[in-house]
Amino acid sequence: MRSLQARYARDRLILLVVVIGTILAALPLALVLGYALVNGFSSLNWDFFTKGPKPPGELGGGMAPAIVGTLVITGTGLLIAMPFGIGAGILLAEYPDNRLNPTLRPLSDTLNGMPAILKGLLAYVLVVKTQGSFSGLSGALAMAFIMVPIIAKTTESVLKLVPWHIREAGLALGLPRWRVILSLVLPAARGGVVTGLLLATARAAGEAAPLIFTAFGNTLLTLDLRQPMDALPLRLYAYAISPYEDWHRQAWAAAVVLLGLIVMTSLLARWFTRGRL
Amino acid sequence: MQQAPVQPSRIKRPPSALYRLLGDRIFFAVILLLALSIVALTLGLGYYLYLGGSQTIQKEGFWGFLTGTTWDPALKLEFGIWPYVVGTLITSMAALFLSVPVALAAAIFAAEYAPRWLAGFINYLVDLMAAVPSVVYGIWGIFVLAPFLRQVLYLPVFLWASENAPWLAPYLGNPSGYGMFTAVVVLSSMIIPFTAALSRDVIQLVPAAQREGAYALGATRWEVMQMVILPYARGGIFAGAMLALGRALGETMAVAMVIGNGNILPYTLFGPASTMPAVIALELKEAVEDLHYSAIIGVGFYLFLIAFIVNAVASYLLHKLKVGEQRA
Repeated sequence: MRSLQARYARDRLILLVVVIGTILAALPLALVLGYALVNGFSSLNWDFFTKGPKPPGELGGGMAPAIVGTLVITGTGLLIAMPFGIGAGILLAEYPDNRLNPTLRPLSDTLNGMPAILKGLLAYVLVVKTQGSFSGLSGALAMAFIMVPIIAKTTESVLKLVPWHIREAGLALGLPRWRVILSLVLPAARGGVVTGLLLATARAAGEAAPLIFTAFGNTLLTLDLRQPMDALPLRLYAYAISPYEDWHRQAWAAAVVLLGLIVMTSLLARWFTRGRL
Repeated sequence: MQQAPVQPSRIKRPPSALYRLLGDRIFFAVILLLALSIVALTLGLGYYLYLGGSQTIQKEGFWGFLTGTTWDPALKLEFGIWPYVVGTLITSMAALFLSVPVALAAAIFAAEYAPRWLAGFINYLVDLMAAVPSVVYGIWGIFVLAPFLRQVLYLPVFLWASENAPWLAPYLGNPSGYGMFTAVVVLSSMIIPFTAALSRDVIQLVPAAQREGAYALGATRWEVMQMVILPYARGGIFAGAMLALGRALGETMAVAMVIGNGNILPYTLFGPASTMPAVIALELKEAVEDLHYSAIIGVGFYLFLIAFIVNAVASYLLHKLKVGEQRA
């Protein structure tokens, strides 16, 4: 056995290592946020939110089509994904004895971990290839593929937090099971379910990879889901790899807007689940 | 007391049989159909990617396509994805080795050492880090990290090697800043939160009695960590690392933006390389030849196989350990 002094010294040394490791872990986030704010914030102006992109080399312009496109594509994706994700969550939480569940749960986790670009590839094969053109709808479908397993997971875990005696009370009053789920359990878990939807939306909204060959990008403002549509991460990527100073500036501004969206949804999600999840 | 006679019309009839019996069955059927979408989606992903890539996979053979080292969509129309497989595996593994110790340190600090408010703040940072979009890491990589690493690391090492150790030059490669090492650094910062969050969860699952027992025997904090907590949490930490590896394998934009996108083997430390997701992202919308198009979908199929195995192992471990249930 080492002397007490040596053991204490070792303990302190390990603490030092752990603290340094923690700082190293937080460093990239601090640097990314810091540089994005410094470089992007000054480029945010009215034009950025209201104007479309200018031709290469011309100064000015903005990302209005990309901002609208991101809202439309993720919004549509959420509408598509919501019933499937919540349905799967209900099956996993409310019918615990179901024979499908031991397969469904790991499969859902696996799907959640699958690269987003593969989900985009599936949307490409299913929609773009068969329709013969890039479209906002195919992008929304790719977003939905990303969201379904996330929504399923969060819905399952918040439904499991609802105490069983609420269900038993409903059943004792003679309510059939489906009314118990729809009228008692889901309303009790509403905040958590909404949080899951928010988290899924935030995850999907930042993805550029699956949109490159589905929504494709568009310099014109459009609300038509059959047309190619722009998205904020797509435009950010296109501008970041371009050779123009002014586009780099706008790419940083887009990064700030994206980060702002993410921070806002995560704060909103915390507010919905105050002290519960 | 005389009660007023009940009016027949006020009596509520019991709900119809349709409502009571069929209602449950219809509801369950609908729920089941919705849930089966997850099974359909997973199977569909594998099936359609195979179908889309089958033309090239059949031409080159299942193993030939995997191990071929020439990717030439322009002249010879020859497709082998080995350079991309190698690039994906090397960058992901290297990023994992860089990130796990750091993520583990953050998890240990948050779970064992930090006061409550600081632990809460670290947990929030970890969640936020997982939510930062890939392209934002990418733009930071292009304009900040790559020029920085070039100045402080690549150029000095390159110059030193060219004077003192010329035999190193073929391993170092072109120190432009955009290459494998930069991609590994970006990737490792991106996957920290996945290991950190799960490790923290399993460390918190260690029974208090075991901890207290070790403290009562006179162990220091580190000794408790080493003898009680880490052995108990080992499985969960490993699962977290697998999950992070799965993320790293599929990470697309940030890697594509900094890795330099060269597909000539052998790769060098600083020189350009490429990965499977990157080649899909960069080439699919420009593919004109059917064979090229099919080859790119084929890359997706092989990426599906690799990612499926890694994620299935992770979710099996998580299920066995019953951790991460609350996590999206």
